[in-house]
Amino acid sequence: MATEILMPALSPTMEEGTLAKWLVKEGDTVSSGDIMAEIETDKATMEFEAVDEGIVGKILIAEGTEGVKVNDVIAILVEDGEDVPEAGASSASAPVPADKEQSSETAPAAAMEHPAPAAPADTSPDWEEGTELKPTTVREALRDAMAEEMRRDEDVFLMGEEVAEYQGAYKISQGLLDEFGAKRVIDTPITEHGFAGIGVGAAFGGLKPIVEFMTFNFAMQAIDHIINSAAKTLYMSGGQMGAPMVFRGPNGAAARVGAQHSQDYAAWYMQIPGLKVVMPYSASDAKGLMKTAIRDPNPVIFLENEILYGRTFDVPVMDDFTIPFGKAKIERAGDDVTIVSFGIGMTYALQAAEKLAEDGINAEVINLRSLRPMDMPTVLESVRKTNRCVTVEEGWPQGSVGGYIATTIMQEAFDYLDAPVLTCTGKDVPMPYAANLEKHALVTTDEVIEAVKKVTYR
Amino acid sequence: MPPKKKAAAKSNISAEELLGHYREMLLIRRFEEKAGQLYGMGLIGGFCHLYIGQEAVVVGLEAAAEEGDKRVTSYRDHGHMLACGMDPKGIMAELTGREGGFSKGKGGSMHMFSKEKHFYGGHGIVAAQVPLGAGLAFSDKYKGNDRVTFTYFGDGAANQGQVYETYNMAELWDLPVVFVIENNQYAMGTSVARSTKSPSLWERGAAYGIPGEEVDGMDVIKVKEAGERAVAHCRAGKGPYILEVKTYRYRGHSMSDPAKYRTREEVQKMRDERDPIEQVREMILKGKHASEDDLKAIDKDIKAIVNDAAEFSKESPEPALEELWTDIYTDVIPQEA
Repeated sequence: MATEILMPALSPTMEEGTLAKWLVKEGDTVSSGDIMAEIETDKATMEFEAVDEGIVGKILIAEGTEGVKVNDVIAILVEDGEDVPEAGASSASAPVPADKEQSSETAPAAAMEHPAPAAPADTSPDWEEGTELKPTTVREALRDAMAEEMRRDEDVFLMGEEVAEYQGAYKISQGLLDEFGAKRVIDTPITEHGFAGIGVGAAFGGLKPIVEFMTFNFAMQAIDHIINSAAKTLYMSGGQMGAPMVFRGPNGAAARVGAQHSQDYAAWYMQIPGLKVVMPYSASDAKGLMKTAIRDPNPVIFLENEILYGRTFDVPVMDDFTIPFGKAKIERAGDDVTIVSFGIGMTYALQAAEKLAEDGINAEVINLRSLRPMDMPTVLESVRKTNRCVTVEEGWPQGSVGGYIATTIMQEAFDYLDAPVLTCTGKDVPMPYAANLEKHALVTTDEVIEAVKKVTYR
Repeated sequence: MPPKKKAAAKSNISAEELLGHYREMLLIRRFEEKAGQLYGMGLIGGFCHLYIGQEAVVVGLEAAAEEGDKRVTSYRDHGHMLACGMDPKGIMAELTGREGGFSKGKGGSMHMFSKEKHFYGGHGIVAAQVPLGAGLAFSDKYKGNDRVTFTYFGDGAANQGQVYETYNMAELWDLPVVFVIENNQYAMGTSVARSTKSPSLWERGAAYGIPGEEVDGMDVIKVKEAGERAVAHCRAGKGPYILEVKTYRYRGHSMSDPAKYRTREEVQKMRDERDPIEQVREMILKGKHASEDDLKAIDKDIKAIVNDAAEFSKESPEPALEELWTDIYTDVIPQEA
């Protein structure tokens, strides 16, 4: 049976090319792998190999011809003793995908939108009134959460630098080695790229790793595994496998540690589909979110803060206290302005709210807690009430979390706004070392107060 | 017709085994040729890295694997998937980006997975699969079973830092992982000699205490025997093992590589003198394990399988638009098969 040889596509973008040279002539016998022609694409000259066996019956496109379209018949291969048919006579004309008509280019616009329903704001409290409360540091809360989940599930383990024998560079894993042993609390060499990848592989293999980065600054060495390996595999595998795991550690500026150790990654990770991103403020946030993070079947970025580790907050005494992702907390109710923050930004937001109250401005302060998914229903409901919004974070201004919130408010609640949304962020500079400069580089309570006064026209 | 059970001329290799290797390598060869053809027709898009020439590596090592062993590799992954028993239809349909593909058309040539066959991808970032493979081995050691993970990477990946981070931890923790360096001598267009002064790649393992060896990757029997040594080492709890398998890819790095960094003669010489399929074919015929006609019947059978796969990959519909929004997050932890 005659076989039509088609002009091949030889690069991801090629639509036509030049048939530079024939290396066979009519009557030649060819077999699979023989080079038949040289074809020039927009990038290079490529050799074109035969796939089928046969005799070159007819060459239809002369060498030197330019602008030969991909899938045009360039030659016909016949079997021994067979006549040469007319080009296009066989059924092998240029194929198109079976359902090209319904391809995405002609898709109705509605199908392209994310089918997420607009959920109403959930403002239920984290625990029932009357629950016994215990003053706990953020540090203890994180440790307690990990210990509880490791008791609950044998597949949960902790790995990272100094997490075991040293008891944690910041003492977050204090006591875990004693309770769970070296099999489940694992000291790694200083090798973030490698151990993050091993953690992801272990998650593919059915375990639930907690990978501690001594600080998230060092996770930049591992970010390929966080994003390309952990976040994308569920999608790339069509749902067959993913990475149920937690990447955790202190994030953002500590104190006087300079540019390379002082950076807030909230906005970076928040951008990635496939990741969940949380950033607790209080000890109860830390405990409830950490337990949820370890149980979550998706990769979770858990952004802690060194300065908050030693602060004490009330944590409910419960058998199993968890906080769902995507549920913000209204830390302070108010009517005049909405202040939205998360993590250590909450300290500035709450201090500002207290001082503003002295001036008669009643701020509603929202603690986002999780950044992806983000509880925009709660933010929007508040803004529809106060008609003004200020966001607070330590990260840089361009491409900030606040920028995303401001855009969403503008798109969803434009008519409710009585002032532009203002974003209070860290300054657009690498972190300086000098004490006075560092203080100035971070967002300050005074800046939050000033922004609130601007949007309330006071 | 059933193969005649008869000892091979050299060593004790059964006719059944030789014919099995022949069949599996031929399936990869024909599948890849067809994939190249479909790429030329515009049915396969983007990057497409063919495995032609390297067939003996995966076929030999799969012969050394047991049920439950894991494998992970780079973007040149079609051969690995076929060798571990994944359905050619599902692979080809993934190449054409269709619903019937292993990733429902959302992964493509470089990103396929099979929980059932313990194939963990299909990774597009050079060397990223190396720590992932060690992590898979970590999970088996943690669970206390005696499974082994085959972690494949190329001579190009062998210069990435994360390989050595992984060597260090794999040996430190005695992880049951076979590091398979598929040395096809070119990292895209850069030959090994132009990228390192190391006399060999496997010997770098010595710096971490990992044993290994060089293997003739054009000889499927030698690959299998080396694979058995590596697996025995890992299953005995002695930690990782390195196989540097010397092989050769006949085609360019990807479909759009004109391969001007080597001569046509170099490629032809390999094909004529070292071809892994021809070598087995000769062993079969010389040892009188099967006749020319028997082999022709196998060829025909393989051609039919590949043609069926190609047909399926054209007929399977494009994924529904709703698929754009699925598999980003999951509510349940995918269970190990």
